[in-house]
Amino acid sequence: MEAFALLLAATLNAGTVLAFAALGLLINERAGIVNLGAEGMMLVAAVAGYATAVHTGSDWVAFAAGAAAGALLAAAFGVLVIWLNTNQYASGLALSLFGAGFSAFVGIRYTQEKLTERPRFEIPGLADIPFVGPALFRQHPMVYIAIALTVALAWFLYRSRAGLVLRAVGESPESAHALGYPVRRIRLLAVMIGGALCGISGAYISVVYTPFWVEGMTAGKGWIALALTTFATWRPARVLLGAYLFGGVTMLQFHLQGQGVQIASQFLTMMPYLATIVVLVLISRNASFIRINMPASIGKPFFPGG
Amino acid sequence: MLKLEVRPQPSRLMAFASPLLALAITVVIGTCLFLLLGKDPVRGLAIFFIEPAKSLYALTELAMKAVPLMLIALGLAVCFRSNVWNIGAEGQFVIGAIAASGVAMMADKETGRWIVVAVLIAGVLGGMFWAAIVAALRDRFNANEILVSLMLVYVAEMVLSYLVYGPWKDPAGYNFPQTITFLKSTQVPKLFPGFRVNIGLIVALIAVGVFWILLFRTYAGFQLQVGGLAPAAARYAGFSSRRALWTALLLSGGMAGLAGGLEVAGPLGQLTPHVPVGYGFAAIIVAFVGRLHPLGIVFSAVLMSMFYIGGELAQSRLGLPKSLTGVFQGLLLFSLLACDTLIVYRLRWKGAPPEPAEPVSAMAGGGQIGTTAALPARGLAPIGPTGLTPKEGV
Repeated sequence: MEAFALLLAATLNAGTVLAFAALGLLINERAGIVNLGAEGMMLVAAVAGYATAVHTGSDWVAFAAGAAAGALLAAAFGVLVIWLNTNQYASGLALSLFGAGFSAFVGIRYTQEKLTERPRFEIPGLADIPFVGPALFRQHPMVYIAIALTVALAWFLYRSRAGLVLRAVGESPESAHALGYPVRRIRLLAVMIGGALCGISGAYISVVYTPFWVEGMTAGKGWIALALTTFATWRPARVLLGAYLFGGVTMLQFHLQGQGVQIASQFLTMMPYLATIVVLVLISRNASFIRINMPASIGKPFFPGG
Repeated sequence: MLKLEVRPQPSRLMAFASPLLALAITVVIGTCLFLLLGKDPVRGLAIFFIEPAKSLYALTELAMKAVPLMLIALGLAVCFRSNVWNIGAEGQFVIGAIAASGVAMMADKETGRWIVVAVLIAGVLGGMFWAAIVAALRDRFNANEILVSLMLVYVAEMVLSYLVYGPWKDPAGYNFPQTITFLKSTQVPKLFPGFRVNIGLIVALIAVGVFWILLFRTYAGFQLQVGGLAPAAARYAGFSSRRALWTALLLSGGMAGLAGGLEVAGPLGQLTPHVPVGYGFAAIIVAFVGRLHPLGIVFSAVLMSMFYIGGELAQSRLGLPKSLTGVFQGLLLFSLLACDTLIVYRLRWKGAPPEPAEPVSAMAGGGQIGTTAALPARGLAPIGPTGLTPKEGV
């Protein structure tokens, strides 16, 4: 029972990493932009956050640094695809490749650095409830912030005027443009916010989740987050659930190893990647279901008056 | 203020000049980077662009590293021209290397030199198999090939890790995660004694010719490209998008697998966890910088090979991390994409009267010049119950 509570706790923790990135990418895609650079932004943000945490000792400054790094890279990507109309896939790939190289280059001196012991987080009173306490109420505050962010984002998209404009930009940039909305600036803002959230996710990995820095440490989480937005048919609540599901798959391997299951560890490590493929296949089979939910202008450039 | 304006005709000149301009930008940023790091920029640039071509031995090493990049990029060029986004060549390379190693380990003292052919064919088939998974899931279930091919890279690396740590580990290898050193008879023949470069170079150059013919002199190649540039036109003409998907993925998977086979049966001589060094990803850049053209790819593969060797030299001589290679690779692709804008658009001062210009179609950068500007985009999601490509914003 205790082991299960710990598995649940670890699942929420791992899911939070994916949730931040996938929610960020959701905002991008709702505005019509696919950013394949998530992995690169997360890596650079991870090293930026880790370095900040080592030097300042503050997790929150580290998250801010990660968010800034993510937003900055996303802005470069955004200018390329929104103003220069470069191919979104190729540009995102460039960002991922650059981020992997750049983070390894900058981060090499931090591979030896260690973070000081962090205070444990628990919600007083609730944390002592048997089973539920260790499972749900001894988490880093970011775990709860991710949930709050999901709620806020759902409200923003479906209940606020700005959210409606964002969706309009993603569905039909021509109409939004005709109504007088600055489509490109809205898209850039969406891309930067998406980048910032990917950055927070990256910083969370290196500062809280692992916590250490090593080259290529995100291990495809950015790509899984990209797949998550499709799984979730671009709905915030489903993104969060999907993130927890994949967090669970990631954590199950450690759990199984702990239980002494006789499977080579490599096959357990494969699980999140295989699960991504399986879920992608399951959800993509019904093409019209996806098409109904997908932002209509996703991946297409918009060139006003061109 | 500068303003972008659509050119009446896409510029052929810019299509050729763009990679050079991108290289120039990368060099300028590189110079700034060396200054920032407190290193002599002249020495730093010399290590990347002059040292790798300084002696006969250096040149053969340069050619040796260019071979896998060239082979993989040729396959990817076909993929990208067909608008099939295979970004998992790294995984296909690894599985190719594994399959080739499997055959190489079957050799014994009596085995003749014919085994080399079997080893390389195994490599090709391994890569093809890994790419076929992507094609099958896309074809049958509409699963996005970008995500599937990328996920399979991680799976391939885990398979490799399992084999070299487990069943294939050399029992006499002091517990190192590596296979036995393959027998001499399985080694790809070297071109000249004393140099590591092998007949892989000849194979790659022949492949350049074959791919040029395939792309520009055969009906199949024409069908592939129409499918990539104007899916609607291809559908109207009755070109099968399914066949294009399978052709592109099997070709690129086979080429990546061949590269993997040549690596393990060539310079490496055994299977280790260090087989994947990012050639599959670097080849994406090689393909784009080479304008998705077989001849262009020869030049860009040599350039990328310089980056690899330069990174190693920068580590040993300047004490800089080897990952500098990755930084330069990323910068090059970024600059290229930005410069490619100038193929279809031109810069004008705002206020000058605009010349009347028809917006160019997606065929824009087309013809024989493969550019990113010419590629149609689509969402990450699968689209359409029948078509593999969506209705385009052409």
